[in-house]
Amino acid sequence: MDILLQQIVSGLATGGIYGSVALALVMIYQATDVVNYAQGEMAMFSTYLAWTLLNAGLPYWVAFGATLVISFVGGLLIERIVIRPVEGAPVLTIVIVCIGLLVILNSIAGWIYSYIQKPFPSPFPSRPIQIGNIYFGAHDLGALGVTLVVLAGLYVFFRFTTLGLAMRAAAQNPVSSRLCGIRVGWMLAIGWGLAALVGAVAGMMVAPVVFLDPNMMAGILIYAFASATLGGFTSPGGAVLGGLIVGVIENLAGTYVHFIGTELKLTVALALILVVLLVRPSGLFGRAAIHRV
Amino acid sequence: MPLRTLRLGVTLLAVVVALALPFTLSNFRLFQFTQVFIYAISLLGLNILTGYNGQISLGHGAFYAVGAYTTAIMLDKWNVPYGWTIPVAGLLCLVAGFLFGIPALRLEGLYLALATFALALAVPQILKYFENWTGGSQGIVLSKPTAPWGLRVNPDQWLYFLTLAVLLLLFVLATNLLAGRTGRAIVAIRDNPIAAQAMGVNTALYKSLTFGVSAGYVGVAGALSALAVAYVAPDAFNVFLSITFLTGIVIGGLASIWGAIFGALFIQFIPNWAQDIAKAAPWAIYGIFLIGFMYAMPRGIAGAIRLLTARAWRPRAEPSGAAPGSPR
Repeated sequence: MDILLQQIVSGLATGGIYGSVALALVMIYQATDVVNYAQGEMAMFSTYLAWTLLNAGLPYWVAFGATLVISFVGGLLIERIVIRPVEGAPVLTIVIVCIGLLVILNSIAGWIYSYIQKPFPSPFPSRPIQIGNIYFGAHDLGALGVTLVVLAGLYVFFRFTTLGLAMRAAAQNPVSSRLCGIRVGWMLAIGWGLAALVGAVAGMMVAPVVFLDPNMMAGILIYAFASATLGGFTSPGGAVLGGLIVGVIENLAGTYVHFIGTELKLTVALALILVVLLVRPSGLFGRAAIHRV
Repeated sequence: MPLRTLRLGVTLLAVVVALALPFTLSNFRLFQFTQVFIYAISLLGLNILTGYNGQISLGHGAFYAVGAYTTAIMLDKWNVPYGWTIPVAGLLCLVAGFLFGIPALRLEGLYLALATFALALAVPQILKYFENWTGGSQGIVLSKPTAPWGLRVNPDQWLYFLTLAVLLLLFVLATNLLAGRTGRAIVAIRDNPIAAQAMGVNTALYKSLTFGVSAGYVGVAGALSALAVAYVAPDAFNVFLSITFLTGIVIGGLASIWGAIFGALFIQFIPNWAQDIAKAAPWAIYGIFLIGFMYAMPRGIAGAIRLLTARAWRPRAEPSGAAPGSPR
């Protein structure tokens, strides 16, 4: 029973990270109809930036904040420079451009920082926290907390600010929004910036666990895909919830189903994606896409 | 028609040059050209699916892996003559591709790309898991086949000729497949699935069949690569292999048969050359080319050549309008 509870909590912690990356994917998908294959690599790159800042001697939370700002601007610029020219292009074009972006970010990180794994510090104490007679990893709880704070912040931003309202409007009905005086192009760019920011948080929270290297996000990205698919690509809340569910499933399957262990983790995600797409393609909370022909 | 004569002439010249190469190049260079042909087969396969049929696959490295491992396991465990392993690998991938194509029917554009991307990421793990068969991370070491019938060529030259023969055969098959009724149906599904269905095309069947044929081509290429490299290991079949294939068809030219050759030359030689700059440079160059081609030359090298020849051969007297031989 104790083991089960412990596994669930650590599943929720990783699930929070999947959920944030999934949320970043969904935010971009809703605003621009693009599934951003480079989301993982963007997060990885932000984490390397944080590592550089930390190595320069900045305190953790200062480096954390600075990384968020840089990531936001970086995401904004990527949308303006790389994605903007192919807006409205066929799906194949957009997928190829995103894959190109993935490859470029991955190789630049490898070029600058080499492919050797680096340890990344956690801001939380390494001593586990005892509640009753169960021990919880402090980093697990901390990461879950930080993720939830970011999500709450996003919710407040989208729900209660004028800019958030404008962004939602731009995503939902670009033409009418433009007639109302909303600068739709910039709203989309801000969406990319926010997605980059959320990705940066996820990267910094997961790096102490998986270590820092240019390929660290590949596994997380596929789990984020699974989460977004499970929750529904049209539902931000669903993506987060999907992430938490996937995180818990992954941890429990790894612990209790012996033939899976840690060796087939990615295959579990693949199976999950296929099953959801076959049984309920719009996900648990998504709306089915309706096309006018 | 002069354009047609020119095309035939260039094709014949290319075949003659290809036949002469083994007697002029070092074994290492020859091996590189064998690789080019192998890549060309897989690019052709992927292009039938993505370029002609419009289904996006980011996971064809998986079928390449299945082909390579089929050959390796048949040679290593059962001592089957290598010649038989190639069609078996192709058929197995055809069936696997057909089966994967059935759920793929329900997935459009982005979702198919997503599912195949997940497949590509999961492949090395799956290969390592079935250790008894695949040798785990160690992989399987093979020996290069020697020339039959007492031919006086060394193994590298023999593999070169074998691959060239398979390549020509598969190119002719693909040309015939795409030129006829079937090809028109495949392209119609890409351009407008609903209209195609209304015209009586069995969309579901054609889509899964295309997936199967495409996977079969890539499987044959994988089998040949296992023979040429004489070694298979899980980490060679990671997600970047699938991305390499995608890069190849984008640069060679989507929906172009000859584009496969240009794409294969690119993915074989450009990374080698870029490797001298930095270890990570080849991938940066891939990425830049992927995005750059999408902006500037969406129909790739083959498309650019077609445009140039069409322009050069256009009769002057005709009013300027649709260029002859322009795609679509």
